[in-house]
Amino acid sequence: MEFQGYRRPDGQVGTRNYVGVLSTVVCANEVAEDIARQVDGAVSFTHHQGCCQTPLDIQRVNEVLIGLGSNPNLASVLLVSLGCESTAIQEVADGIRKTGKRVEVIGLQETGGAARTRAEGTLLVQNMVAEASVMKTETCGLSDIVLGMKCGSSDTTQGLSATPAIGVASDMIVEAGGISILGEVTEFIGAEHIVARHAATQEVGDQILALVERMENRAKAVGCDMRGGQPTGGNIKGGLTTIEEKSLGAIAKAGSAPIQAVYEYGVRPTVKGLVVMDSPGREPEILTGLAAAGCNVIAFATGRGAPQGFPFVPVVKLTGNALTWERMHDHMDMSVAGVIEGTESLPEAGDRLVKRILEVASGARTRSEITGYTRAMDIYVMGPVI
Amino acid sequence: MKRDAIVIKKQDNVATALRNLERNDVASVGVGDETVSVTLVDSVEFGHKFAIRDIPAGEDILKYGEVIGRATADIPCGAHAHVQNIESLRGRGDLA
Repeated sequence: MEFQGYRRPDGQVGTRNYVGVLSTVVCANEVAEDIARQVDGAVSFTHHQGCCQTPLDIQRVNEVLIGLGSNPNLASVLLVSLGCESTAIQEVADGIRKTGKRVEVIGLQETGGAARTRAEGTLLVQNMVAEASVMKTETCGLSDIVLGMKCGSSDTTQGLSATPAIGVASDMIVEAGGISILGEVTEFIGAEHIVARHAATQEVGDQILALVERMENRAKAVGCDMRGGQPTGGNIKGGLTTIEEKSLGAIAKAGSAPIQAVYEYGVRPTVKGLVVMDSPGREPEILTGLAAAGCNVIAFATGRGAPQGFPFVPVVKLTGNALTWERMHDHMDMSVAGVIEGTESLPEAGDRLVKRILEVASGARTRSEITGYTRAMDIYVMGPVI
Repeated sequence: MKRDAIVIKKQDNVATALRNLERNDVASVGVGDETVSVTLVDSVEFGHKFAIRDIPAGEDILKYGEVIGRATADIPCGAHAHVQNIESLRGRGDLA
């Protein structure tokens, strides 16, 4: 149960070795993208935040950018700024530097326009990639995996195959001393009391319930009842009987390990084991949150075929739907349709997934990377935009 | 051996059909790495559940090792277990 990973100065292990070009504000996106596009070995992270937002949201942007820059899959970072944004550039740069990696900053208004910034940034990143490319991997174990978990584009097969298979994998990683992060608080609704019962302490259990209540209240404040009408008519026709059952199908990906802690969006866990992170279910926001929290690989269960990936954290796609495996083959890394067929058990499927995770961690390319489907990114903010 | 239905956790008292099953079929039900046989007394569609032991009215329905609802009528072993004989514990405002 080993993989070849990049051990960083701060002890975290990367499964990739990119130079990250992060835009600090939506207005710098074009240049960040252009720079990364011109240098093999660089990837860009862009988003729609950084200005005209509440202080709370700007604080969130600062912290998430630090988290993203600190992710062990990035060897070094170039921050691309416009110059007038609310994002605290220096704070972000210093925050990332705490990991021991090189951080450079470049600004459009100071440098004098996009073309000049693109040129200077490209030259800088070329050198950074040259530096990164001599870094060597070392043999690492399951305990160095920080697994992010997601499910999307669900169908009947998912709760019977793909999500419990991720649960088996998560249990193995936690058992070995690794970290496994469960987000998608939306999906707890209807089974939050069950999730809370899996908490290691009463306090953590209460935090889980508070998280769900907060998300539900936010929706209620704009007239949205997240609990009513669940399961849907379509769910019932498909065999789901109660909201508990539906939610448990999603939560199954967390396996059976006790939940050690609850973290706010994008915050890196300070404990080992299974943890919960506040996040919604939408791909750009949750993949970004998981990356900011330090995930070095993400397992994503999908019944109907979700193609999304992230620029610098590999996303392993698994489906239990044989038709999806065939039709969306370009985007799927693994099939657990054998569980639905009746020819494979859940323990077997989970074991296969762990092996696949280790292959990907050692450098095997995922389908989302190969297809270039790596742009699901954004920072989860409360709003409003002002 | 090809399984016709799956039990997620060994504490569960329902299995989920992996294909359309007919009344009187002897279903091969996977529980972890093992299989057990259950005779169907109803037809049960893919994705739907059936009881794998007699469940008296009022007893908890267990799936994923957790309570997903309560039996509103006696559910004999091999019977279709769904909205006609299971109620959620969450849908009612008076329950925690």
